[in-house]
Amino acid sequence: MVNVLLIHPDDTVAVALRDLATGEAVSAADSQVADVMTSEPVPFGHKVAVHGIAAGEQVRKYGAGIGVATRNIAPGEHVHTHNLASVRGAVQR
Amino acid sequence: MNPATFMGYRRADGAVGVRNLVAIIPTCGCALRAAQLIAAQVEGAVLLDYNGGCGETEADIAVATRLLAQYGRHPNVIGSVVVSLGCETLDAHDLSARIATGVAPTELLVIQQLGGTRKTVARGVEIARRMAAAARELQREPCPLSGLTVALECGGSDATSGMASNPAMGAFSDLMVAAGARVILAETSELLGAEHVLTSRAATPEIARELLAVIDACERFLKATGEDFINKQPSPGNIRGGITTVEEKALGDVLKGGATPIVDVLKDGQPPTLPGLSFMDTPGNDLSSVTGLVAAGSQLVVFTTGRGNPMGNAIAPVIKVTGNAHTYQRMQEDMDLDASPIISGAETVAQVGQRMFDLALRVIAGETTAAEEMQQHQFMMLRQGPVY
Repeated sequence: MVNVLLIHPDDTVAVALRDLATGEAVSAADSQVADVMTSEPVPFGHKVAVHGIAAGEQVRKYGAGIGVATRNIAPGEHVHTHNLASVRGAVQR
Repeated sequence: MNPATFMGYRRADGAVGVRNLVAIIPTCGCALRAAQLIAAQVEGAVLLDYNGGCGETEADIAVATRLLAQYGRHPNVIGSVVVSLGCETLDAHDLSARIATGVAPTELLVIQQLGGTRKTVARGVEIARRMAAAARELQREPCPLSGLTVALECGGSDATSGMASNPAMGAFSDLMVAAGARVILAETSELLGAEHVLTSRAATPEIARELLAVIDACERFLKATGEDFINKQPSPGNIRGGITTVEEKALGDVLKGGATPIVDVLKDGQPPTLPGLSFMDTPGNDLSSVTGLVAAGSQLVVFTTGRGNPMGNAIAPVIKVTGNAHTYQRMQEDMDLDASPIISGAETVAQVGQRMFDLALRVIAGETTAAEEMQQHQFMMLRQGPVY
């Protein structure tokens, strides 16, 4: 049963189509995502990593960068403000 | 009926109106209460909720005067009453004269000359009622869609905005452009990170350069505040809805503009002259952005939301669309169109875009929107400078 949307084939995160619990197999249309299990709950509309993303690497959604990983992210992790930061909206102090 | 026409009101100058409203226009915050009392007593009258006009920079006063005059001359407005206190910085006589260059009648009332609030209200109600009565005699007739300017806006976005409502709005925008309308995409601060999408859509290299210049200027202006964008772009509600960064918000936001070329870059409130899709440099703040988009002559606004937003505009109908099924169920009284079947797979983006187009044709022919039912007559003036 499809439970995430992978917007672009190059994306490293997918969007949860419903609230996902810990330990659910992540499934996108046309089997675009394989062997990824949620390691924590991911609310509806939020992002789940479908690839490993290294700290400092751009996180990709819509086929484009949406900011950098602030720490290493494993497949199946919830991706949000705790591990992803804008490169455009932060002010150098 | 020819699909490229709709039943609207043809004005003496050739412009096309979709509503017949009497605008009550205060020229300063001190005249606001009198203006409110006039608008509240006249069927068909709307208040422009302006509370500046004094102790502001010349630039802010100039913007306010231009914008209020644009509302007074807007094709949805069939008459206006300007309510002045008498000692404010904003020149009410100049504003009144600018409105009078249009085809709709306008009258100026000065509270200090008329001898107080009650006398001003009584006179204003009499004038506005006369204008509204004359408006009821007007008949709709077939008008070309090429006379229509449609503003695209989004607010209270969540992850569904980029998945459903904004792609559907993109399909809607393409249909409107194909029908000959002018369509305006806006909200510069919500496009940081989607520059490559915008520039790939620019009709000429010059337009691509202009797009990059306005986004760059916006980013520098916001960074000069010394504050991070977080909780502004994206907002706390955007973040709870799954949007983490301004780049992510931008990539979902830019989908509103569909696939047609961007033919012009406009200043906030500047009327588009070319058919097709233009970009207007407005803030991401929805009230302020929509106020400028309508000043530019937009007779209709279409507004996508994820979290749910009830807002409207003083003089233009605002169609509210959500791609979030929960929001549609919870806030149905404030919503006009459910785009969530795109997410469930029951409908395609093109199908919902077509439904949006069909609804828009009904609304410009007189069907009331949820925001109009609730008299959501929002109006918010952009103020850049200090108050003295």
